[in-house]
Amino acid sequence: MQKKRVVLNYPSHLVDQPVISRLVKDFDLMVNISRARITPREEGRLVLELTGKRVGMEAGFKYLSEIGVEVQPLAQDVKWHEDRCTHCTACISICPTKALDVQRTNMEVSFKRDKCIACELCIPVCPYQAMEILF
Amino acid sequence: MAKTIEEINEKVRKGRAVVFTAEEIIEYAAEKGVKKAAQEVDVVTTGTFGPMCSSGAYFNVGHTKPRIKLGGGKTYLNDVPVFTGFAAVDFFLGATAMPEDDPRNKIFPGKFAYGGAYIIEELVAGKDVRLTATAYGTDCYPRKSLETYISLKDMNEAVLFNMRNAYQNYNVGINLSDKVIYTYMGVLQPKMGNANYCSAGQLSPLLNDPFYKTVGVGTRIFLGGGIGYVVGNGTQHNPAVKRTEGGVPKTSAGTLAVTGDLKMMSPKWLRGTSFTGYGVTLTVGIGIPIPILDEEILRYTMVGDEEIWAQVVDYSEAYPQCIPGSLGEVNYKQLKSGKITFQGKEVPTSGLSSYLKAREIAEILKEWIETGKFFLTQPVEPIPSVDSGIVFKPLKERPIKKK
Repeated sequence: MQKKRVVLNYPSHLVDQPVISRLVKDFDLMVNISRARITPREEGRLVLELTGKRVGMEAGFKYLSEIGVEVQPLAQDVKWHEDRCTHCTACISICPTKALDVQRTNMEVSFKRDKCIACELCIPVCPYQAMEILF
Repeated sequence: MAKTIEEINEKVRKGRAVVFTAEEIIEYAAEKGVKKAAQEVDVVTTGTFGPMCSSGAYFNVGHTKPRIKLGGGKTYLNDVPVFTGFAAVDFFLGATAMPEDDPRNKIFPGKFAYGGAYIIEELVAGKDVRLTATAYGTDCYPRKSLETYISLKDMNEAVLFNMRNAYQNYNVGINLSDKVIYTYMGVLQPKMGNANYCSAGQLSPLLNDPFYKTVGVGTRIFLGGGIGYVVGNGTQHNPAVKRTEGGVPKTSAGTLAVTGDLKMMSPKWLRGTSFTGYGVTLTVGIGIPIPILDEEILRYTMVGDEEIWAQVVDYSEAYPQCIPGSLGEVNYKQLKSGKITFQGKEVPTSGLSSYLKAREIAEILKEWIETGKFFLTQPVEPIPSVDSGIVFKPLKERPIKKK
């Protein structure tokens, strides 16, 4: 089994198509949608976690690329500006996945991209504007 | 055997001073015993790096040709208003000052992304800022407007002056209401969803010298990455609060007013800070050396997080309405563990003051002293302590009669 967090970018002509449903039924993938939005220009943007067998995952990504959905890893859209972070820990109690976590022995904050679901809860609580999410 | 500041400085001069941080001394003195440690150790260094709103800086920008009198007119740095109620080209910039009509602050709850503190950080980083002004013009100062770039090196004087910093302990903020609130203690989630604290605890300067026995008027300190001095007690200095048996205040108590040459400081230790829905503030790095003159002073520096207690205060009702009292108390060891159990509920905790950076400051100051770059000072005057009779008063309003 594999697990991947990705951002899907839909061109406007696909916004009314049941793409995710195909991923589930045809490729046996488990989907957990974190965020979804349609922009004013009717392009779609979806943050989701996919779980499934390697074969299904590869076929699923092939299908997405064939129909014109752009797939990118979630990590690219989330930035932790380490130079701006003061390690105050304001974000720690709010981060639901422990992507932002603190080493209690020395109180050093770290950011683990692969755990981030781009929920943006850290954005308003960081007093130093150390988190940036382009979504 | 007691030591004197002169004796300690003689050792600093020879590069032989024995220095520990306020974190390191706890274990060391416990192992060695107080008597032996007090003889061996010369200085304990402290540190704190947290948001301190009552900070600011004054500047003298030099005279223009023809001359302009900024005093009494309107002056801005990057559209942020400064206080000009002085002579021709002196003004004061407050950390929390904000641009007038910043659109980013108009959409609830407001970002408060820019203000005076950011200008201080930018200036210290060597950047240019826009100085714009209008004045009424006089015979001796005829000019009426000014628009120019300016940087710190162009100015005659640039001085950080903070009227209240280094709070000795602070509240733990929680929210008992059923909606999110935006405070200077951060974003507080409804129904005790989180608890925010703001102190370096066992590394914090005044928690290591609880009765202000060594720190006083004129004390030389680490300030914003450079050298600064204690001006005296800060505003709202309130020494006569409840204390533990060891003398540690259980609520916010003493404060310091500090000053230093901004040109010597670093943007790493003076950081513009934004609290969503609240405002802009300056995060200030302060480190104070404590000369170990005797066993009593050493004993104070051995204070650990588990011995420092803070009061839990509801910021949805009790704080804004000035309702006295506390919902309970917790110590910094509990707070730094990431959760406290409060009224039967496990509440996740977050800090606003960086313990990691506080330790870094204490280590820098330790290095300065060990290598003979920083000498200790005898205070010119002590800071008012528990016997001073100081009472921290609320404003007693007396309605103004309309004629």
